[in-house]
Amino acid sequence: MNRFLWPLIGFVVLVVLLAIGLKLDPSDVPSPLIGKPAPAFSLARVDAPEQSFSPQDMQGKVWLLNVWSTWCVSCRQEHPVLVEMAKNKAITLVGLNYKEVRGDGDIDADKITPDAERTLALQRSNAWFKQHGNPYSLSVLDLDGRVGIDYGVYGVPETYVIDKGGVIRFKQTGPMTPDVFSGKILPLVAELSK
Amino acid sequence: MRVWFIVLMLAFSTLGVQAKEAAPLAQDEAVEKRLVDISSELRCLVCQNESLSGSRAELAYDLRREIRSMIKDGKSDKEIMGFMVDRYGDFVRYRPPLKGSTLLLWFGPGLFMVGGLSALVLYLRRRNKAIEDAPLSDEEQGEADRLLTSKDSFQ
Repeated sequence: MNRFLWPLIGFVVLVVLLAIGLKLDPSDVPSPLIGKPAPAFSLARVDAPEQSFSPQDMQGKVWLLNVWSTWCVSCRQEHPVLVEMAKNKAITLVGLNYKEVRGDGDIDADKITPDAERTLALQRSNAWFKQHGNPYSLSVLDLDGRVGIDYGVYGVPETYVIDKGGVIRFKQTGPMTPDVFSGKILPLVAELSK
Repeated sequence: MRVWFIVLMLAFSTLGVQAKEAAPLAQDEAVEKRLVDISSELRCLVCQNESLSGSRAELAYDLRREIRSMIKDGKSDKEIMGFMVDRYGDFVRYRPPLKGSTLLLWFGPGLFMVGGLSALVLYLRRRNKAIEDAPLSDEEQGEADRLLTSKDSFQ
């Protein structure tokens, strides 16, 4: 009896381990930024390029920072979810437009001037909002991706939940889904807003 | 005719190839050397099985640019590693530091080996005992001797 029992137990344990391994997403790297203050920045707004936005402006509010761009395919997929999310009054969504021009493989950014890059990024962002709707309270331009590096961005889209004290509490890597929104984001925002 | 066709095909085949222009050549060889040394120790997060030094991912270019400027600013290797780990976590290092959360990672394989070897030793000892505990009876011994001495038994 024992002779067969132990190999069987070993086999079952192995199957369970492999099953768990299959469910894990290796591209979902835990962010070391959770529990840390959101890195400071000051970037030009898409709606009013002469004005800038900085995370300090949101002090005392719970808000979401969504990293996006028009060349990013998954952003197209997540966009309707964001538009739906923005209808919820508890949600304040700020967009960080990540390397709008340089990130697009079809454009050689070395060949255009910084001014032209900025103009092009604004044009593309506004065209995108016109076509798909604008879920953001405001959006800012991270043209060279430097702010993205400070936030540990490695796969657009990404979404951060930031609390009243400016501390990052949650990070979603990859597109936002209705499940993640209603299951994680919404309860978290409700708790942090208390 | 056919040759011309092939020549034409070859001529057009390069149209689809878009190479990124070579980055401006490094003024300082020492900086580049350090960049390679540091970035070989770092994982590219976009294509996780590639090092940051070899990756052609967009983010890898940006991060190498970042590291290069830190080297030029006179930052130490430790400070540069700290910069990367602060943003991307220990996962970004190919040799994660030894601490609470990485204990199993460092010593897990050793534990498995010790466990396996002790199980093997235990099993072999128990088996040896089981064999010693069952000597042949006189009757069995006689039968064995008979078989060993009889030459016919091989036929």
